[in-house]
Amino acid sequence: MTTKVLAIDDSRTIRNLLRISLEGAGFEFHSACDGVEGVEQFSEVEPDVVITDINMPNMDGFGVIETLRSGPNRTTVPIIVLTTESGADLKARARAAGATGWIVKPFDDASLVSVLRRLTGHMV
Amino acid sequence: MSRNSIRDTFFEECEELLEALVEGLSSMEQDPDDMDVVNAVFRAVHSIKGGAGAFALDRLVSFAHTFETVMDKVRGQELKVNAELMHLFHRSGDQLADLVEAARDEREPNAESEAAILKELDSYLGEADKDDSFSFDAVTLEFDAAPVEVEAPEEAEAEAEAEAEDGALRRFDIRFKPGPALYANGHEPLLLFDALAELGDLRVAADLSDLPEFDAFDPNGAVISWTLQLETTEPETVLHEIFEFVESLCELDIRENTGATTPALMDAAAELPGLSPPPAPPDADSPIAATDPPDARGDAQRGEARGPRPTLRVDLERVDRLINTVGELIINQAMISQRIEELELPAVAHLTNEFEAYKLLARDIQEGVMAIRAQPVKPLFQRMSRIVREAAEATGKKARLVTVGDSTEVDKTVIERLADPLTHMVRNAVDHGLEKADARAASGKESVGTIRLSASHRSGSVFIEIGDDGAGLNRARILEKAIEKGLVLPEAELSETEIDNLLFLPGFSTASEVSNLSGRGVGMDVVKNAVAALGGRVSIASTPGAGTTFTIVLPLTLAVMDGFVISVADQTMVIPIASIIETIRPSQRDLHAVGTKGVVILVRGAYVPVVDVAFNLGLSPARKEAGDGVLLLVSTESQGLTALRVEAIHDQRQVVIKSLESNYAAIPGVSAATILGDGKIALILDPEEVVKLQPAAPFFPAITPPKLELRHA
Repeated sequence: MTTKVLAIDDSRTIRNLLRISLEGAGFEFHSACDGVEGVEQFSEVEPDVVITDINMPNMDGFGVIETLRSGPNRTTVPIIVLTTESGADLKARARAAGATGWIVKPFDDASLVSVLRRLTGHMV
Repeated sequence: MSRNSIRDTFFEECEELLEALVEGLSSMEQDPDDMDVVNAVFRAVHSIKGGAGAFALDRLVSFAHTFETVMDKVRGQELKVNAELMHLFHRSGDQLADLVEAARDEREPNAESEAAILKELDSYLGEADKDDSFSFDAVTLEFDAAPVEVEAPEEAEAEAEAEAEDGALRRFDIRFKPGPALYANGHEPLLLFDALAELGDLRVAADLSDLPEFDAFDPNGAVISWTLQLETTEPETVLHEIFEFVESLCELDIRENTGATTPALMDAAAELPGLSPPPAPPDADSPIAATDPPDARGDAQRGEARGPRPTLRVDLERVDRLINTVGELIINQAMISQRIEELELPAVAHLTNEFEAYKLLARDIQEGVMAIRAQPVKPLFQRMSRIVREAAEATGKKARLVTVGDSTEVDKTVIERLADPLTHMVRNAVDHGLEKADARAASGKESVGTIRLSASHRSGSVFIEIGDDGAGLNRARILEKAIEKGLVLPEAELSETEIDNLLFLPGFSTASEVSNLSGRGVGMDVVKNAVAALGGRVSIASTPGAGTTFTIVLPLTLAVMDGFVISVADQTMVIPIASIIETIRPSQRDLHAVGTKGVVILVRGAYVPVVDVAFNLGLSPARKEAGDGVLLLVSTESQGLTALRVEAIHDQRQVVIKSLESNYAAIPGVSAATILGDGKIALILDPEEVVKLQPAAPFFPAITPPKLELRHA
């Protein structure tokens, strides 16, 4: 079974870049362009790992993490924050909301792929 | 999709983001407290930075970062927006646009203005913000070292320098007992161990003592704890960074072991490779597996349309190819139509009905295809706000731009080719149109001048107006200047409109000395020609003390037009219907000879010069009698009402415009060519030019163009 990744980012460029590297590495790639769509997609796609940006319209990355990690249907899949931000307070917020990790953009293809492979435990 | 095409999408996206930025900044000006707008502006800058980082566009990244940091202070309400800051934001937006453009074209941006703006932006930042300078290289390196919890590079580096200068090997003992929440947040102890192992020599021991009997096993519990020993040259903070995201979700104890003894535990317990990963159970109150669909929520939201309407990006070349093919289709349809007529088939009524339906469909397709090329003038107008800003700055005036109807759609080519003339006119409006603030105050006006840009569709044409609320044209000065330059004879008596139109004469400039702003060797004549090349016209309306408005009238599309198929000297030609006011079949008594060659016609009490099209084009007229043929009444800029004489009007039809310049060469009096139903090529006449070709002296001095009549020989 292929590993499903859901990437939530409002930048088309970043979504495209992620698509290239992750599809190239054998992941099944899904994307959403803001937090609200991301949460919707999550229930539809049932991804094995989520990558989310922080600064997005409609619902930001914190909102995504909080939504996915709360309520009766809360998920345990890894949620990785991929952002240009690196402030300690922001990281603390993401951590409190239930983020699994924090990667600062720009990402390195190979490293991102290896992180995702390890996180999902699938050697795709 | 290749990386190169992603680079292209990035720049496309940048354009959209820059548009959103400009729009957001002007909304901010109106309501600086609207946090949604501030957030949108912040996000636009932020997204440009994020994308730029992916392509290692360092200058763009660092400028965007500084811009964003100041914007973030506004967002955090640490910084209050005032006119000065707003102005800086606008300039920063402009600079960002320049940097994007430079990056796209792979050339060096203007370092001077960049440095100046950066300096000003920096002045809003405290020392702490400046330390947080942004560098992507370091992040990437850091990323390789510690895969999951990547730490902000600057902190890690600073601390690493301070603490681990000696590079000595240290030994840490780590006790790590995850709580259930650690698994619930998607963490995996093995990954943490991997990260630790990259720092040095790691030994791991699992403590399975809490593991219950098989029957009592709780899949949601977190029962395994670990003891680890790490030998590394890294300082303790680096270890904490690895645990950064789990520290609150587990019991963690890291201490440096300065003693020489190794805890016995290490050797006794199982090592990492033999240990299967512990179950990562969902939380106790959530028995459903995490990947089960939370369906209720999903279904409720899925049906709703949300966000912007979906769009499709298409290569412009494909659209143009399609437009061209549709053009051929229209021509082909005209040919078939003509063939059917020629066949003179008996009882063709049903065939012609079907054919009419086909014609309508073809027209629908054509309109649909044309609509693809139509774009709102908004981006063009938005660019003008920058021009106004720069022009105001350069001239020391105060100006703001008001745009109206910026959703009006115009053919893409028109928008592109309008950019230069519009820029020039907007600059002129600020430079020559508006008064200085004190002069405005003296005449009781608001000190900030208004430049008004408006676009609208009216009767099949696009109207674009550039207005200012300045002093209006100084007609006395214009006339004086024209006389001085020998464009007009001193004794000439010109109407106000004629004086205004002097501005369009080549080589005319009212500014006594060429200002470095408007006067770049480009006059209004260039503007006029550019607009004329698009099939449009410019006119001026000016009221002393209240301002001047330039109006550009353009055709909706450049690809097709409705025309009369006419005969000129036995040749079939086409003349645009839009230019024809009425057609007249002249009776001999209305025609009057003037001089030896001139003829005028009396049209409802006014004498209108008659221009023989064949004669002006240098063809020998087929018939010599003045009363023969048909007169087409047109309104020309240079000569007012004029009657064009042609031999006959055959048909009225839509023709596809084919450029003559690109296929043959420019012919005076002819704007383009088309292919008719019979497959023959017909020239499309430009009435304005045809009239100008007139070799003989014009008929009535009072309505002749100053350009022709009043210029020195």
